[in-house]
Amino acid sequence: MKSHVMSQLAALEAESIHIFREVAAESERPCLLFSGGKDSIVMLHLARKAFAPSPIPFPVMHVDTGLNFAEVIAYRDRWTAQLGLRLVVASVQDAIERGIVKEEPNGSRNRIQSPVLLEAAAREKFDALFGGGRRDEEKARAKERIFSFRDEFGQWDPKNQRPEIWSLYNGRVFPGESIRVFPLSNWTELDIWSYIAEEEIEIPSLYLACEREVVERDGMLYAVNEFITLKPGETSQRLSVRYRTMGDANLTAAVASIADTVAKVVEEIAAARITERGATRGDDKVSEAAMEDRKKEGYF
Amino acid sequence: MEADLLRFATAGSVDDGKSTLIGRLLFDSKSLFSDQLESVERVSRERGHEYTDLSLLTDGLRAEREQGITIDVAYRYFATPRRKFIIADTPGHIQYTRNMVTGASTADVALVLVDARKGMTEQSRRHAFIATLLGVPHMVVCVNKMDLVDWSEEVFEGIRREFAEFATRLRLRDLTFIPLSALHGDNVVTRSEKMPWFDGAPLLSHLERLHVASDRNLVDVRFPVQYVVRPQSHETRDYRGYAGTIASGVLKPGDRIRVLPAGLETTIASITTADGPLEEAYPPMAVTITLKDEIDISRGDMLCRPNNVPAVMQDIDAQVCWMDESAQLTVGKTYAIKHTTRWARAVVKAIDYRIDINTLHRVEGVEGLSLNEIGRIRLRSTKPLFVDPYLTNRQTGAFILVDESTNRTVGAGMIVGESAG
Repeated sequence: MKSHVMSQLAALEAESIHIFREVAAESERPCLLFSGGKDSIVMLHLARKAFAPSPIPFPVMHVDTGLNFAEVIAYRDRWTAQLGLRLVVASVQDAIERGIVKEEPNGSRNRIQSPVLLEAAAREKFDALFGGGRRDEEKARAKERIFSFRDEFGQWDPKNQRPEIWSLYNGRVFPGESIRVFPLSNWTELDIWSYIAEEEIEIPSLYLACEREVVERDGMLYAVNEFITLKPGETSQRLSVRYRTMGDANLTAAVASIADTVAKVVEEIAAARITERGATRGDDKVSEAAMEDRKKEGYF
Repeated sequence: MEADLLRFATAGSVDDGKSTLIGRLLFDSKSLFSDQLESVERVSRERGHEYTDLSLLTDGLRAEREQGITIDVAYRYFATPRRKFIIADTPGHIQYTRNMVTGASTADVALVLVDARKGMTEQSRRHAFIATLLGVPHMVVCVNKMDLVDWSEEVFEGIRREFAEFATRLRLRDLTFIPLSALHGDNVVTRSEKMPWFDGAPLLSHLERLHVASDRNLVDVRFPVQYVVRPQSHETRDYRGYAGTIASGVLKPGDRIRVLPAGLETTIASITTADGPLEEAYPPMAVTITLKDEIDISRGDMLCRPNNVPAVMQDIDAQVCWMDESAQLTVGKTYAIKHTTRWARAVVKAIDYRIDINTLHRVEGVEGLSLNEIGRIRLRSTKPLFVDPYLTNRQTGAFILVDESTNRTVGAGMIVGESAG
């Protein structure tokens, strides 16, 4: 007799596909938030699978901070074109020039993405936004629903979340309100990498190790690029590194690594002892509750 | 064999050692990252704790840290080579019954913690009752803090007897007792040397080996149509696929099926995913089904076998847990109801009784149900739903109620059967 047991990756995939279909069936104007990072790449892959042989029935939106790695933008444009998707670009640079948001002194555009996202979502009348957040990433995310209700200001209220029972999701909203939907809620970083390996999903080569010119700051390794230049007194060195997350190019650190294939990355992640945000995000170290605060303001 | 997925729910308060137990499972299975641990150690020191307070790992929100309580369900993840585990960690206090219900709704296993010094409490009874109500197939009673009762077999046996006696009043299919010390790690991941009298497995081994495949209903074919796939291109013009997640049963191409509510019969032409055709499909696979005959089918319809159909009903008898603080469930009020992929409206015809979740007694003559109260109610829906009793099918026996004036999810329902109306 056959066992009728799904592998854990197959079960996670099925759960995510169920979520995509549920939103596509019930929301008026859903949209997938695509950053070019590995999580949103996996989301796009799952969305394609959910509706095959039809194309993905919603557009993709990128909140472009203007500080992206060039390869990530190229990847975004190539894939959305290949899948025949409409790409909405919400530009932070443009919003700064229009005076909608102000550059923060530390150079991070992480926080000022939120008003730009909210403005574009309102303009497009999106009532459901798929995000690639995972609950293993961070403590505030661990308590967020898969269907996360946002009021007309895009705010998340952790004390007033809709109960989420079984897989009976409630995506109902009044005009102006929206739902952030996280189909990867139950995936871990290792699951994402194992899935990329199993499905042979193409990823930007920045995720794979190669020798790069790096400078060490606050114990983290930053690749020297158009956004990161040596300050007086700093010296750079050539090291084999890869990126574990894909944030802004001026603030995302790389990790020392010799994993130059996806299979080797899976091995390294399985043995990693530091969380991905702790290892690579200068902008998440601000406070204990940095993510919780940003989410309340409408962050992803 | 590839690793599979096991979901378990824990419930408990700060002082029964639940957070310590979870911390221990994460730490000993090497699922805790060093920066997470450092952060917890630093905060513990700042607060003047003498020990590392592992509950800080799960109490994630500032609102919770400020009040020193756990408000909501926190999800945690760890894996061993055999299994990936999802923990739904819920606070244990009575006012958080709705969170416990949420955590238990998808769980394969419920972990109930009992402090060895205190024995069974109202809280442990309540946890066991809610887990049973939500149809969690396996329960593990962790008798914790055995170090504080000198690793006494007598104490453990006393608690086991008392709990087992209570459990005869519940419909528990699988009940296991493990004496442990979360603080010292005894019988959590490794076998305790202090309790040679215990011949069972440590908690993690038990969770790794627990057989959960047979918990799924593989007999009654139920496929709620979630989304109709109709590609608008020339080569696929006649293609019409019914996408959805298999609720129960095993489906194969060539199987005869009946479509509800139309009642028409046809044959499955193919079952596919984006990776290609399947020879068979079982829960909880997400697939797309094509049929031999063209039948008008839309979201909310259900495919089943001609000789094994769910009840088609509008008068529903159900247990409901009320989850809204702003308004009571009251007789005569109409709510939106979501059952599988089908929405309707339902009016509350009667509240038969409320269950006192501490004594399990029925309280009759109640006017309404308030937040965290559980009761037996009768509903009439605006259109027929295709249901099975929750006891035999956790997918087609469940529904949620939504208040249309606020859009909030206000109730979780478990269908008992058809009501007399």
